Amino acid sequence: MKKWTRTGDQVLGRFDRQEAAVVRGLVSQIQDMLLARAEEAPQDELAELTGIRTGPSTPPDDPILGRLLPDFHRLDPDAPDPAEVDSANALRSLHEPELLDQKTGVAAVVLETCPPDGGEVRLAMEQAEAWLSALNDVRLALGTALDVQDDMPDELPADDPRSPHLGVYHWLTWVQETLVEAVMS
Amino acid sequence: MTTPVEHERTQVDPAGEEVRTEDRPWQTLVWNDPVNLMSYVTYVFQKLFGYSRDHATKLMLDVHHKGRAIVSSGSKDKVEADVAKLHAAGLWATMQRSS
Repeated sequence: MKKWTRTGDQVLGRFDRQEAAVVRGLVSQIQDMLLARAEEAPQDELAELTGIRTGPSTPPDDPILGRLLPDFHRLDPDAPDPAEVDSANALRSLHEPELLDQKTGVAAVVLETCPPDGGEVRLAMEQAEAWLSALNDVRLALGTALDVQDDMPDELPADDPRSPHLGVYHWLTWVQETLVEAVMS
Repeated sequence: MTTPVEHERTQVDPAGEEVRTEDRPWQTLVWNDPVNLMSYVTYVFQKLFGYSRDHATKLMLDVHHKGRAIVSSGSKDKVEADVAKLHAAGLWATMQRSS
């Protein structure tokens, strides 16, 4: 992979076969997690009648999904204000279906535009913006799984089980960073 | 004479407080996290709110150095929509009534 480049209203990138497989594999995994969460949404007759969808009112147990689908209020983990919890739950129920659509939608754009065998990736600006969101979701998921902190080293000790994954995380950081530069140039 | 005045005051004040609480605008907060890129956060602020590069960069640096920044404010509906957009972009955003 070389840096993304901007030509007119398009952004160009190139992935080799292995890089394309990593991007597609991780984006697919996130998409699957989000689709599974969407299936947990309560089904009710009122929603079918009105077309207003409602999502679950409680946050996901999984920390990765929890980071991708945050609460609308900052709740004190030890002593949450019951009124704020009620409000956060109501807001989640109202907004989560659309958020899941948006996140699975940007993942779909990556899967449509990143060739499975690698090669050139040519993106319209709107598609590049979808890539930015999708890459960010993958990095949030990996960052949560690897417990990434502000002072994360470039490499972990070889015997740390997170070591090989951290390389992928840093590579995705570079892919996203250069895509931001290309989109903003 | 004193008591009725006091009594009247206690009746008026809570109502007044109530209105003022309702009138207080809502705020959108973005919190620091170790994953989101500084360049990406700046880009998101520019794109979602139409902020200048300078203003977006200042807000991003506030998030980075102070742990959080108020990035927009207004009615509950507006702020709720802003938080939803920030969540779609992957930023850690919450809303609260201004204090």
